[in-house]
Amino acid sequence: MVAALSVILLFQLAGEVVSRAAHLPLPGPVLGMVAMVVALSLSPRLNALVRPTAQGLLQHLSLLFVPAGVGVVAHMPVLAEYGTALALALVGSTLVAIVVGAVTFTLVARLVGSRADD
Amino acid sequence: MTDAALIWSYLASEPLLWLSATLVAYWIGDTLFQKAGRTPFANPVMIAVIVLALVLWATATPYAEYFEGAQFVHFMLGPATVCLAVPLQANLRAIRRALLPILAALLAGSFTAVASALAIAKALGAGPELLASLAPKSATAPVAIGISEALGGQPTLTAVLVLLTGMIGAIFVTPMLNLLRLRDWRARGFATGVAAHGIGTARAFQVHDTAGAFASIGMGLNAVLTAFLAPLVLRLFL
Repeated sequence: MVAALSVILLFQLAGEVVSRAAHLPLPGPVLGMVAMVVALSLSPRLNALVRPTAQGLLQHLSLLFVPAGVGVVAHMPVLAEYGTALALALVGSTLVAIVVGAVTFTLVARLVGSRADD
Repeated sequence: MTDAALIWSYLASEPLLWLSATLVAYWIGDTLFQKAGRTPFANPVMIAVIVLALVLWATATPYAEYFEGAQFVHFMLGPATVCLAVPLQANLRAIRRALLPILAALLAGSFTAVASALAIAKALGAGPELLASLAPKSATAPVAIGISEALGGQPTLTAVLVLLTGMIGAIFVTPMLNLLRLRDWRARGFATGVAAHGIGTARAFQVHDTAGAFASIGMGLNAVLTAFLAPLVLRLFL
């Protein structure tokens, strides 16, 4: 687990360094993730090493949002003032985006003859 | 000072108290979520946030002091983002087999999520900082928080907006897509992952395995795309 965690942290570290050095819009951890996808595809050994730790961490992914979520206490005035605007923006955009995404997927899949296997 | 005051001043100066409180609050949230039959209305993160917000309010603890302890949990968001590579890589074959529908739905869904949110909020009077906090809300939280910071938004406000987005997606996706008679589980799952990240993905896994797998692909790809797209689209609205 220590080895796996070290590898994960090193990928994040490399991502942060590259993101800052090259002034990229991608956050360091996202770059680290992209590099990790490539590395996992190239090395089954790395895959076997990282997988259990990664799955363990991802199982509790929602716990990790809690500290930032509690930050809502610092934004009560903004939320009170713009509550309706934000609520409408969130509900509207999320529902429209799901429909647009699902319809686009279905139409393009039909167009290129890509079928689900189940 | 009384003993109680001494103990409190020790607890207030150490990260232990708020770190423990964060874990316990999430534990409570998760227990209630399970007890409620895993309904998307009883989101464990939302419950934990409400519990902690009430505790902070009752003890007059400033958020900065709470975060001193909670930062250890918060820190793990970065490594967790890197770990998203594991399910994404495991699904590479499925991605290659449906590459065109995936790319088209990713671009359409991601752009719609950012642009429609900004258009509605701007029309209702939201200012630049609020728009920057709102733009990345469909991406998974660790990524959205990073993007919001880079755009001059409020990362903690973004975290709350991300959370609400996920809950909204999880609550409405199944009845809405049933109503539209869209039956391809890949399309349903993928669109949910793009628009409603991890919370939507968890919901998709409850409904159908294929939907869940495609939702995690959508979430992973949109984490990358939003980082490019959110700054560009935001510029149109400032």
